[in-house]
Formats: sequence, C-alpha cells, structure tokens
Amino acid sequence: MRHLVRPAQYVALCFYIVFLGFPLLWLISASLKSSGELNSLTVSLIPQDVEWGNYSAALERQGLVRSAWNSAIVALVSTALVLLIALPGAYVLARLKGLVRGMGVGWILVSQVFPVILIILPLFLILRTIGLTDSLVGLTLVHTTYTLPFALWMLQGYVSSIPIELEEAGSMDGASRLTVLRQIVFPLLMPGVVATAMFSFVSSWNEFFFALVLLQSPENYTLPITLKMFIGGEGKVALGPLAAGAVLAAIPSIVFFSIMQKRLTGGLLSGAVKG
Amino acid sequence: MTAPTVEAGPRPTAPAPQRPKPRRTGGMARSKRREAIALVIPSLLPILVLSVAPLLVGVGLAFTDARLVRNPEYAFVGMDNFVRLADNSFFWDSFRIGMIWAVSVTLLQLVAAMGLALLLNSDLKLQGLTRVLALIPWAMPPVVVAIMWRMIYSPNAGPLNAFLGSVGLPDDINWLADFSTALPAVIVVGIWVGMPQTTVTLLAGLQQIPDELHEAAAIDGANAWRRFTAVTLPSLRPIITSITSLNFIWNFNSFSLVYVLTEGGPGGRTMLPMLYTYLEAFKNRNIGYAAAMGVVLVVVVVLLLAIYLWSQFRQDRDSTGK
Repeated sequence: MRHLVRPAQYVALCFYIVFLGFPLLWLISASLKSSGELNSLTVSLIPQDVEWGNYSAALERQGLVRSAWNSAIVALVSTALVLLIALPGAYVLARLKGLVRGMGVGWILVSQVFPVILIILPLFLILRTIGLTDSLVGLTLVHTTYTLPFALWMLQGYVSSIPIELEEAGSMDGASRLTVLRQIVFPLLMPGVVATAMFSFVSSWNEFFFALVLLQSPENYTLPITLKMFIGGEGKVALGPLAAGAVLAAIPSIVFFSIMQKRLTGGLLSGAVKG
Repeated sequence: MTAPTVEAGPRPTAPAPQRPKPRRTGGMARSKRREAIALVIPSLLPILVLSVAPLLVGVGLAFTDARLVRNPEYAFVGMDNFVRLADNSFFWDSFRIGMIWAVSVTLLQLVAAMGLALLLNSDLKLQGLTRVLALIPWAMPPVVVAIMWRMIYSPNAGPLNAFLGSVGLPDDINWLADFSTALPAVIVVGIWVGMPQTTVTLLAGLQQIPDELHEAAAIDGANAWRRFTAVTLPSLRPIITSITSLNFIWNFNSFSLVYVLTEGGPGGRTMLPMLYTYLEAFKNRNIGYAAAMGVVLVVVVVLLLAIYLWSQFRQDRDSTGK
C-alpha cells in the first residue's frame, strides 16, 4: 500500500502540470503556426513549421503597439499616484490605534466587496462632466481609485511589520520625525513599496472593465481592449496574430510576477493573517 | 518680568486644579497628538475623496432615476428601483447564475488548490516547474486567459475536441455556445485563473504547521487521511476561511473573463450579475437602476459572508471550548 503513494502523487502532479500548463503551451504554439495550419483539421501541439510572421503581423497591424504604449503610460502614472497617496496613508493607518485605524481597515475590506459597477458609475458621471471619459487621463484616475484600497492594505501590512521600537529609538537619539521616517522607516519599507508598485502596475496593465466602459476611440484603446477587438468584428478572426498579441500582452505581468513571487505572496499573507 | 505673565496668561482660564502634576506629560501628549493629526488628515483625505466618496455616491445613485443621457436630470425616487428590481426575472436569473458560478468556482478552486498545495509540500521532483506553472495564470491578463481558452474550446480546431475524438468520444461539442456546456466550461476557466493564489496561500499555511504535530499523530497511529483531517485541516482553518471569503467576493464580482469568453451567451446562460448590470448601465443607459442592482448584490454578498464567517467563528469557538 505504502509504495503506491509516491506514484499516485506523481500522477496527480502530472495532471496538475497539464491542466495548468497546457493552455499556455497551446497559445504559444498557435502564435507560431501558419494560418493554413490553424484552419486545417489536423490538430497538433507542435507547429509543422515555426512561423514568426504572426508576431510581426500583430505588431504591424491593428494598433497593437500604440495600445501597448497607452497601457504602459496609464499603468506607470497610476502606480506613481497610488504610491504617493497610499504611502502616508498606510503609515498612518498602521501606526494609529483605536477608532480611526478600525474604520480605515474596515473601509479597505468593505471596498473589496463593492462590485466594479458601483465604482464606475459615479466616476463615469464625474469624468463626463469634466470631459475625461474617452481619455487616458480619466482612465488613469479610475485605475488609481480602484487600486488604492488594496495597495493601502498591502502597505499597512508592511509598515506594521516594522517594530515601532526602532522609530522610538531613533527619536530618543534626537532624530526628527522626518529623519526617522526617511532614514529608518523608508529603507525597511522599500521591499513592500516595490511589491505594491508592481502589484499596482500589473493590475492596471491587465485591467479590462474600466477601459471598456471609458474608452471609445481606437487611438485611446489599451492593450486588453485592442485584443478584445481582435476577436469581435471582422468576421473570421486572424487566430495567429491574435495569439501572438496575447502572448506579448502577457509578458510584462509574467516577468513581474516571477521576480516578485516570494515577496508578493508574503505581502498578501501578512495582510490576510494579521487582520 | 512681563514675559512669564504673558506665557502664563492662558493658565488661569484652564482648569488647573484638575491636572496639577502631569502638566508636562500632558503637554507632550497633546503636542504629539497635534502632530499626529497634522499627519493623519492630509494622508487620509485623498483616500476619502478618491475611494470613500465615489462609492457612497454610487450607492446614492441607486435611489435616483439617473439615466446616461446628454443633460442628465435626476430625481430622488426612494425605493422605486428596488421595487422594480424585485419583479425583474432577468436580474434574478443572472443572480442565480452568478451564485452557481461563484460557489462552484470557489469550492472547486479550494479543493484543487488544496491538492496541489499538499503535493508541493511533500518533497517530489518537478516542484520548481509546478511552482512556476502555478503562478502563471495569476499573472495573465483576463483578456489573454479568455482568448487562450476560446482556442482550447474551439469546436473545430480546438485541442479539447481533438483529444475527445481521439479517445472515441463525441468531438463536435461547441463548448462555449452550447446551452448545457457553456456554464461548466466557463467555471473550469474560473478555477484555472484563481487556483494559483489559493494554492500559494494554502502552501504558506501548510509550511507553518509544525512537523511535531504530524509526527505525534503518526505515533498515535493516525493514517494519512486521519492526519489530514485531524491536524492539517484544523491548523489551516483560519487561512481557508479568509481565502474562501476573498475568492467568493472576487468570483461573484468578476466580469472580464466571462465577458470575453461568452459575452453572457448563449441565451444568457453565462450572464453573470456584473455582465447584466454593465448592460443595464451602458447599453440600456439606466444607471440609477443599475446602481440599485449593484447595491442589492453588495447586500447579499455581505450577508452571505457574515453568515459564513459567523459559522466559522462559532465552530472555532466550539472546537477550542471542548
């Protein structure tokens, strides 16, 4: 009985590997197939002959580069805004005691329950009065608003993990509050800031719903919207370039997540467990 | 001689006798508090403006007849939207579908992730590969995930049908367009997307369980299953509770994945509540009505979570109270 356990575990592991990995392999393989092979009835994972043409086709046509650029700008600016607002807020929330902290943390959790529709409706009305609906500036503001609570949650977890005794020791030694923050707290907080920044960048880069609601003109589309438009319309889809575009769109977030995996999970957990 | 009197000026008006001795510390605490307030207000103000206020306005919209038109004029209509909503069978259909989706994705995700986390926690080969694979779905944009699975499910050139055909099963199922298969097919994609985070969280929890507990149970003659139910599960309980709550919220509120996969079709079989409210707000342009739907969804989710967390909490108390 005992000697059967290991093989069974390996069978299960292989099942997981196939379930998790196969769709991705298939997407990559489709991005390397010629359109003739993609439409033929013989189905195989390994392309008959590797065709890089899909990638150049994806890059040349359909505004993919432009929308990738839009996505990058929106993600970078909203990340900067989120950090700017969340850093002091998270510090204060983590160091406060009592009612304000309870309300703040409670608010962060409650805001996670709210569906995106209740977030976008008021923002949409506000943005329309100031003429920012079909604009990347408007989208950046919405992404900032949307990412803020979770960024606060992550950051305040990191702040709480810095012992307050360190700060007290600093001010005992006569350092001003600002010096303490700059020379003691901030260096220790740096990994948390990096993790939060990456989280915020990736959420914005991947975000679809708000962009779908706000952006009307193709020159403002972000990458997810352009990819969605590849599928819709035009009748028959050019599968090869679509797959190539999808692979390209996934690269930044995969790179970030592989750099970040340990830190990010640590941050998520420290928030989740501490409550 | 005048300076001290000026400095002492406010003193007589203050109720001096009540705090005769701790004057210095009181002053320090007060200046500290003033400093804290000076720090708190500017740092929390943007959060109030950017995060709290919009959501409150969103909730407020639910009580108006706001429409998405050029020159909007809206009036307070009280509970009208909610009364109308009670009779809207399309909304309740999508609500039911959303429940099926969120509950099954959350539960199956938990079971699948638990299995994977246990495998990753026992020293097997291929772990590095599996760890990387387990993170990739997490990192991918929902639109890319949806495009990928549309290819997998493709009726003609898709690998799923090709595989089924090669083992002698029917190979002409149009997974995402068939009334009976669309929702299950979409649920599988939901599990695929959400598994990584749950796995990583559970794995971190597993690694915190001291080995001694397992050893002690093994010495007492507990088999693997018994050790799982008697040691592993109870230790993981707080983590399971928090990750299932979060997963349930995220799944119930999810939009992009299913929107790109099916747009709610075929025949509304995958019309999740978020898709329905989106169409109501931005296609039918009834934003007051759509906001009311959003409010109903929040209330239901919060109630369900409260019941779930309360029952978990009670179980915890019972088991520790023994």
